[in-house]
Amino acid sequence: MVNITIRKRPQTDAVITQRKFFKKTARGKVIKGKERYLRDDVSCGIQGCTACPDSARNTLPAAGDLAHNLFPNGHFLLPDTNVFLSQMDLIESNLFTSPIILLQTVLEEVRHRSLPLHNRLKALITADDKQVWVFYNEFRSETAIVRDEDETPNDRNDRGIRKGTAWYGTHITLSHRPIRGQPSRPSPKVVLLTDDAANRRKAEQEGLTCLSVRKYVEGMKEATQLLDLLSAAGGDEVEPTRSVAARSALYPEYLPSSTVMAGVKAGQLHQGHFNANQYNYLEGSVSVPAFTKPILLVGRENMNRSVHGDVVAVEVFPESEWKAPADEVVDQETTLKNDDAEDSEEEGEGDEVIDKERKVLGTGEASGRVAAERQPTGRVVGIIKRNWRAYVCHIDSTSLSSTHTTSLSLQTVFATPTSRLLPRIRLRTRQAPTLLSQKILVTIDKWDIASRYPEGHFVRALGKVESKEAEQESLLLEFDVPYRPFGKAILDCLPVEGDKWVVPVKSESSVEWRGREDFREMIICSIDPPGCQDIDDALHARRLPNGNIEAGVHIADVSHFVHPDTPMDSEAAARGTTVYLVDKRIDMLPSLLGTNLCSLRPHVERLAFSVIWELSPDAEIVNVKFTKSVIASKAAFTYEEAQIRKDDPNLHDELTESIRLLNSLAIKLKAGRMAAGALNLASPEVKIQMDSAESSDPIDVEQKQLRETNSLVEEFMLLANISVARRIQETFPQTAVLRRHMPPPRTNFEKLQDILKKRKGLALDVSSSGALAASLDKCIDASEPAFNTLVRIMATRCMLSAEYFCSGSVGRDTFGHYGLATPIYTHFTSPIRRYADVLAHRQLSASIDYTPLHATLHSKPHVERVLEVVNRRHRMAQMAGRASVEFYVGLALKGRKEKQGGQVREDAFVIRTFRNGLGVFVSKLGIEGLVMFKRDIQFDAENYTITIPASLPGTQDVTIAVFDKVVVDIEVEKDKNTQRGRVKMTLASPINSSAM
Amino acid sequence: MASRIEILNEGGYRSDGRRQYELRSITIDLTPQGTADGSALITHGLTQVLVSVFGPREAKMRRETLHDRANVNVEVGVAPFSTGERRRRGRGDKRILEFASTIKSTFEPVIQTTLYPRSQIDIYIQILQQDGSVLPACINGTTLALITAGVPLLDFICCISGGVHSTHPLLDLTTLEENDVPSVSVGVMPKTGRVVLVSLETRLHVDRFEEVCRVAWEAGKVLHGEMRKAVRERTGGLVDAMGGVAGAGGAGRGGPGEGDGDERMVDY
Ligand SMILES: [Zn+2]
Repeated sequence: MVNITIRKRPQTDAVITQRKFFKKTARGKVIKGKERYLRDDVSCGIQGCTACPDSARNTLPAAGDLAHNLFPNGHFLLPDTNVFLSQMDLIESNLFTSPIILLQTVLEEVRHRSLPLHNRLKALITADDKQVWVFYNEFRSETAIVRDEDETPNDRNDRGIRKGTAWYGTHITLSHRPIRGQPSRPSPKVVLLTDDAANRRKAEQEGLTCLSVRKYVEGMKEATQLLDLLSAAGGDEVEPTRSVAARSALYPEYLPSSTVMAGVKAGQLHQGHFNANQYNYLEGSVSVPAFTKPILLVGRENMNRSVHGDVVAVEVFPESEWKAPADEVVDQETTLKNDDAEDSEEEGEGDEVIDKERKVLGTGEASGRVAAERQPTGRVVGIIKRNWRAYVCHIDSTSLSSTHTTSLSLQTVFATPTSRLLPRIRLRTRQAPTLLSQKILVTIDKWDIASRYPEGHFVRALGKVESKEAEQESLLLEFDVPYRPFGKAILDCLPVEGDKWVVPVKSESSVEWRGREDFREMIICSIDPPGCQDIDDALHARRLPNGNIEAGVHIADVSHFVHPDTPMDSEAAARGTTVYLVDKRIDMLPSLLGTNLCSLRPHVERLAFSVIWELSPDAEIVNVKFTKSVIASKAAFTYEEAQIRKDDPNLHDELTESIRLLNSLAIKLKAGRMAAGALNLASPEVKIQMDSAESSDPIDVEQKQLRETNSLVEEFMLLANISVARRIQETFPQTAVLRRHMPPPRTNFEKLQDILKKRKGLALDVSSSGALAASLDKCIDASEPAFNTLVRIMATRCMLSAEYFCSGSVGRDTFGHYGLATPIYTHFTSPIRRYADVLAHRQLSASIDYTPLHATLHSKPHVERVLEVVNRRHRMAQMAGRASVEFYVGLALKGRKEKQGGQVREDAFVIRTFRNGLGVFVSKLGIEGLVMFKRDIQFDAENYTITIPASLPGTQDVTIAVFDKVVVDIEVEKDKNTQRGRVKMTLASPINSSAM
Repeated sequence: MASRIEILNEGGYRSDGRRQYELRSITIDLTPQGTADGSALITHGLTQVLVSVFGPREAKMRRETLHDRANVNVEVGVAPFSTGERRRRGRGDKRILEFASTIKSTFEPVIQTTLYPRSQIDIYIQILQQDGSVLPACINGTTLALITAGVPLLDFICCISGGVHSTHPLLDLTTLEENDVPSVSVGVMPKTGRVVLVSLETRLHVDRFEEVCRVAWEAGKVLHGEMRKAVRERTGGLVDAMGGVAGAGGAGRGGPGEGDGDERMVDY
């Protein structure tokens, strides 16, 4: 049974507390005082103490620590608050073994100043290799003090700490009775550790033993090693605990919007999208038309509260102040790990964080960077449009003041977005403890000039971290993919027959058959990846009597089912594209159409939109015809099946011959394209191997195989798209829906060219796509076949992305597609999964007078608007797909690790060097990663190398350069605080970096 | 910034220096206040409540008159200076009305109302200072004031609040603690051990609930000792001063009833 008692408040204390019960603050708010019950049963924590109750749990050795030079009779260490605030690394070191008396006053002050530090301190208290005793001095009657009228809180705390030190001194002499029969030893000392000179002076006057941190460490056994850990911030001149500074502005105010608009118009300011740097949270950039290189924004102040994706107005500094981007990886979580979510008042100048950030920014300057790398540099002076939305985040556990799930208190915590491009968000919530291991959705509400972080609010929880559902949903949200099921209004647009719908019997009166050609007898087949359900293209080819060849591409006739200005059409336009994740497809159109009625399944009559060419045996177009049709595909092959069929010399049926014919034409088409200067680009593509359909646990990752038949399909789709593009552009010169790929500015390639030249002695000619293609072909390392692919991947990253556009909105000379080296291009061949294709279908249909063109497709502004959405969705879908692959690669790595035990080890190429690490690319897994070094390494920015100095005498320095092949150990590490999984890589060869 | 204070720290101390099962200082002052028949000024830590009881006396409102028992009327007033934010709560405040009705329904079955048909007992509660456990202070104060007024009760009602921090039960919560942990107020009749009131304002896991109720129930008995001691001391004082003070409590009663001329019941 529990022992229930009533505490009697000491009479004197009662008077004090009663008087303080109501206290008027400076702002005139009356705050409530607190009662305090003082007691005599608070234990000193020293083993064998005869004066304290319950000494069995005490952890401090009776004699203290005997190893310190200055205290041969033993000592206990009693540090003040600032020691913990600025020297935590020192105290955490396993060489630092002194027994520590931690006063409640100190513990609480640390808690108020920095929760992350407080949490580290709490970990020390329970650590097995530390001897830390918390003495609740504020509750012990002899050591509790009350703040004097004219005393600052800091002075009061310092006085309390001194009083505690003094009490320990007397308490030890009283309780430290000599053991009978042994000569009495002098009692151990209690050493007050403080870097505050004024406090030390007072303590000495009171007769206390008192030392600065440096002096103390100098007397320790492991002094040489420990002195290295001493933080510079803890010098002797350090001020006492800084009182709460006035809230000062951390960021400049924005200019009024009228000034901003006028400035942009006059060309003094530049408008563009803010792009955060994923490697360095203190750097961002804005691409603007006026400069070939993006404008660099360095440091918080200059980024001035911009969030990735915002449209901002930038002022460019004079050229003398231009800078080069930093060459260091700066991680927000590491730099800001001790920053407190709660105390926004503490975010003034002179903060540790600011100092740290300055140091980071300063390193770039000091290294004397190459002038060529300088780029326009400026600062954000206004926001033209915020693009804030809900972000997927994790709660940072160290920012919590209470992690008990029963706690209902309102806490201010940090939410760390999964995307590295976003700042931490400050959030107030009552359910912080229950959200700890969940993915949550957070929106940003505001970002004040006095607040280092934006403030936001909790929207909802997505589920447990790493559960597939939560990861999947968070991915869709992260990339803004609309994924709700189709509503009734949309489903009502589907044919009433549902999946019973069939092409009606051919007759004069049939609406479906009106103006359609009957291709049902044609030997048509489809070739797709395995398991493809939305077959939107099929092909055929046959020899004509005149020696030419007839080839046809037949595309699902989606515009027959999706009519303009219907709910289904608007939804498809809003979705823009189908999104493919590893284990899920988010359709643009209801699946009845996508995987059934529009899917060109074999042996079923389907409506199609056909492009029929007459090609010469050299694959020159003699004639082209567009027509609506009815087809009945004869077979649905996978790439592999088609390839095997084509290669089987025993097969001579019509289908096989048709494939062979198509293939021979495709080879010529491709050759022609390449001759025109098309690029053979590469992007890392991997395939996730699933264990089984139900578990959907990935078991391994393999690279996608490309066969001849892949290229076959690709060439004919390109041909169809080009032919259609020409036709709709001729018919609708003002509003044709086209696609282009702008040539990249030459400056984009400068760095890659320089690296290639310096590291491999290779030249990259970027004067045209043809020249680039030719020089890429020459980038070969005989000993390393994958090198060429790597260079292609890196070159691809230097390019711009392709985009849809309205033909009347841009100059005729900018229609070209750089990568494909074709003067005009559009998307026509995948209307089930891309909305631009649906528009192209409508325009093509109108151009052959099959249907009149809907009024909206005559309107330039309308087409522009729709395409802008589609472009954005397209970009997002690609990123979502990539992120999904990354997530599964992570899972597969974990699975592989569990199966094999130990590390996953793979070959990797170095693609970037940083001041403190390497960027590597693991081609086998298609992932990129960072290898970071905690130790100092030499960095040669000019030659793209890093050198790891020999750690032991007799060993060699190790130099690693971009393009070097290394071996890395890969693991997926969960961030302790945010639960966010991230791929962590360490070098295994040429040198093992796990300890660096 | 209440969240910066640890409710129960690693050393087992609460933010005011108490341990889990330690109640705050309790003071009880039963000296008569004004014209009331019985009054009690009770403090639990910094929470202070003054309860005055008038009656049993003639029922003034015909509508509320019950022909077989006395009508119990509870009114609660909150001093505007009783909390940190100084604000006036009207009598019609919904929370206060609810509070009053909780107290009324707690005491109705314990007061032997059938002894006084067609009369009324008025209980006026003034909350002077609030620092948590306000309902228990009101209940305990009411018990004491009723006893000093001489109203016959079946038993004391001793009430205490309890809460759960993580898995640890806490007793006698302060405002700070009430804001942070789920809490429950438990009223017991110590003689029979019967629980007459359980008031839960927040959600609490059923396992935790059982544990905290048991501890609070135990605490009710400790509290009973304290309250009985106060009553004894006063009774002792009364006995000493016998004669002089006896009639003082009756001064307010003789007012003209709007009445039906029913004879007023006298003290038993
Ligand atoms: Zn002791």
